[in-house]
Amino acid sequence: MTIEVGTELARREITVDRARLVRYAGASGDFNPIHWNDRVAREVGLPGVVAHGMWTMGAVVDVVVEALGDPGAVVDYQVRFSRPVPVPDPGQATVLVVATVGATDPEAGTARVDLVVTCEGQRVLGKAQAVVRLPADR
Amino acid sequence: MGVDPSFVGRSYPPTPVYEVARTTLAAFGEATGATHPACTDTGAAQALGYRDTVAPPTFAVVVAQAAEAQYVADPAAGIDFSRVVHADERFTHHRPICAGDRLVTVLHVESVTQRAGLSLVTTRCEIADDAGAPVATVRSTLAVRPEEVAS
Repeated sequence: MTIEVGTELARREITVDRARLVRYAGASGDFNPIHWNDRVAREVGLPGVVAHGMWTMGAVVDVVVEALGDPGAVVDYQVRFSRPVPVPDPGQATVLVVATVGATDPEAGTARVDLVVTCEGQRVLGKAQAVVRLPADR
Repeated sequence: MGVDPSFVGRSYPPTPVYEVARTTLAAFGEATGATHPACTDTGAAQALGYRDTVAPPTFAVVVAQAAEAQYVADPAAGIDFSRVVHADERFTHHRPICAGDRLVTVLHVESVTQRAGLSLVTTRCEIADDAGAPVATVRSTLAVRPEEVAS
């Protein structure tokens, strides 16, 4: 794999349904009812249940982990939550992530990977950037 | 009542130790679709040079949100959770988190600012091991909508 600016590292479609959100709530301890209760979600002005922003952040970075081959290679990772991901019932939502090398720092042995994350064609994360430590042989 | 700006600059006492269990990392990885075997299989993690299974990149949120609750769930802080959306999040890993880690977190309230009618509340969690060596820094910003004025 070549790591140079502009290289597309990975792209993946990830689906999410209500069961996935319940699982994330349990695994993360984030039980905010807007992620599992339509009534509460609508009361606060959402179209219905939405995914945890942190679920989306966690799910999309897996393409970077897979490309690097090491979950510990991500040394810095930030996102802005620009738009919620509504999760219908029945059914599922699909999130598309495209990861591209945005910058490299050969001296530090790191690269910045920029993630473009969309749902139904609209950006759901802004300024989604992961700084990764590159294996020594690259 | 809105968000109380007088909390800015406040630091909280270190949390009790959070022990990272293999099963917890596996459950978090399953929920977020982590595909790398080093998150669930000790042998795969050790093949990469880790002592034990490795946390997925956003796992520290579990540790951080528990610490953040000291502030955001304090009624005096004025953060009404029915008016909150998560605005941004950042993890800086000083080293990967592994199963068996014993983590202690110090929560800092960094800023409360106003933008476009929202209160933006930024916290910083400094996560260290139980010997005090830094493990991760987690910055989180919540956007709090003002209460509607009755018309």
